[in-house]
Amino acid sequence: MWTAFKRIVRSGFVGFWRNAFVSLAAIFVMTVALFVFGSTMMLDKLLGVSLQNIQEKVDINVYFVTTADDAEMAALKTQLEALTDVEEVKFTSRDEALERFRKQHQNDNTIMQGLDELGDNPLGASLSIRAKETSQYEGIANFLAEQQGLSVNDPLIDKINYYDNQEAINKLTAIINAVERASLIIMFILVGASIMITFNTIRLAIYTTREEIGVMRLVGASNMFIRGPFMLQGVIYGVVAGVLALIMLYPILIWIGPGTEEFFQFNLFNYFVSDFGRIFVIMIVSGMMLGMVSSLLAVARHLRV
Amino acid sequence: MIYFDNVSKIYNDGKSIALEGISFQVESREFVSIVGHSGAGKTTLLKMLIAEDRPSDGQVFFESLDIHKIPKTKLPKYRRKIGTVFQDFKLLPHKTAFENIAFAMEANGRSDEEIAENVPQALALVDLEDKIWNFPHELSGGEKQRVAIARAIVNQPDIIIADEPTGNLDPIATYEVVQILKKINDLGTTVIMTTHNKGVIDELGRRVITMDEGRVVRDDSEGRYVL
Repeated sequence: MWTAFKRIVRSGFVGFWRNAFVSLAAIFVMTVALFVFGSTMMLDKLLGVSLQNIQEKVDINVYFVTTADDAEMAALKTQLEALTDVEEVKFTSRDEALERFRKQHQNDNTIMQGLDELGDNPLGASLSIRAKETSQYEGIANFLAEQQGLSVNDPLIDKINYYDNQEAINKLTAIINAVERASLIIMFILVGASIMITFNTIRLAIYTTREEIGVMRLVGASNMFIRGPFMLQGVIYGVVAGVLALIMLYPILIWIGPGTEEFFQFNLFNYFVSDFGRIFVIMIVSGMMLGMVSSLLAVARHLRV
Repeated sequence: MIYFDNVSKIYNDGKSIALEGISFQVESREFVSIVGHSGAGKTTLLKMLIAEDRPSDGQVFFESLDIHKIPKTKLPKYRRKIGTVFQDFKLLPHKTAFENIAFAMEANGRSDEEIAENVPQALALVDLEDKIWNFPHELSGGEKQRVAIARAIVNQPDIIIADEPTGNLDPIATYEVVQILKKINDLGTTVIMTTHNKGVIDELGRRVITMDEGRVVRDDSEGRYVL
């Protein structure tokens, strides 16, 4: 068993060096495939983060009438928090609202003057509600509308701003879904193409040694003994290609890192460096699987009895 | 030892018949020659034996084992009982004589010590001790075939199958190869050989099976080449 393993490993490495040119071609193709795979992974992360950012900014605001009772508002807040779809409910009191308003318009003399002349605080308290998923906002808005409808005679809620934002929220939900679906499809196509290209390159490498495979079968070598060296070669291709792809990604990420920071508030290069262990393992393991599966498929043709 | 039981092989949905109702048996330690024109079905017959091809009808037995019922995973083990020699030698061009033979032993999972001991012995048996480190392109046709025979016997198979082993050789090399096969047979290994060569058959004076158009037409225990 151990001798067989040793021989498989040895002839795997010998095959790798002997077919140096084909090895080089296979590694090159796989490097490109893995580079695309890695880039897709990065793009996916970037999209994920920016979607999360946008999602966090979406909320429903409930504005209470200025005469609203504190207890009633607190009751509504508790009710909302009890809903399973709700992530967070934030209460802004009348005073806080006024203070924020003043801060926002402190350079606008007309508004400040008007506010001072008014004497009383014209702003109502409000609740800002965040759902767990953007698709759940509609349900929450419906619930609030119901509450509003219940108290027509003694109104508590002045305005629900969801209906203003409804269209925007719906559009955003659609975009998020479409982007997620599209990136999944692109990923599948790229991985499929990579496997096909690598498979053909390795098949070329194996084609040059088909005579050897024929003789091996003739002298009673087991299938594993025949396949082993080719699978190992595929794994070597994958590891080398994975490392090369990571080396290619590095300078590109240095280059676009600041740009992503500015645009998405997320530095892709910092992510690459801080999560390098995980990315490294994913890339290398993908390369190994790609090489091994391609080798297996390619050598299977020559093993048929 | 080997039994062909009413074996037929039909290609192309009945349009071309390679073998038709073949039945014969080969005893242990026999030296059997199979003769016939090209296309008579000799090679197809041998392919059945090493399970490279399966019959359309009938069965082939190796002792009590139905060859074509051996599961795929067990086939390599079965093939190790058979040594094969071909007209075109099938040596690996970038391996020396030693490495070519050692390769067959490695594939069988033999230890390095056994390889170091048995390969020179096998080469001695075919009188090629002095060419042990030569590559195939440095050997003559006869020498290549002798390396191939050494490779076939090195794992001590029960049976040697030789498909036209002298087909590419000059008369002297042919004589040498046949003498070696005879020696191997005398040492106790069954040999099945196909040939076109009348001289070889007449010289051997062993059992001859004559085939024509996929059928066995003669089976003589001390045969001569009659066609």
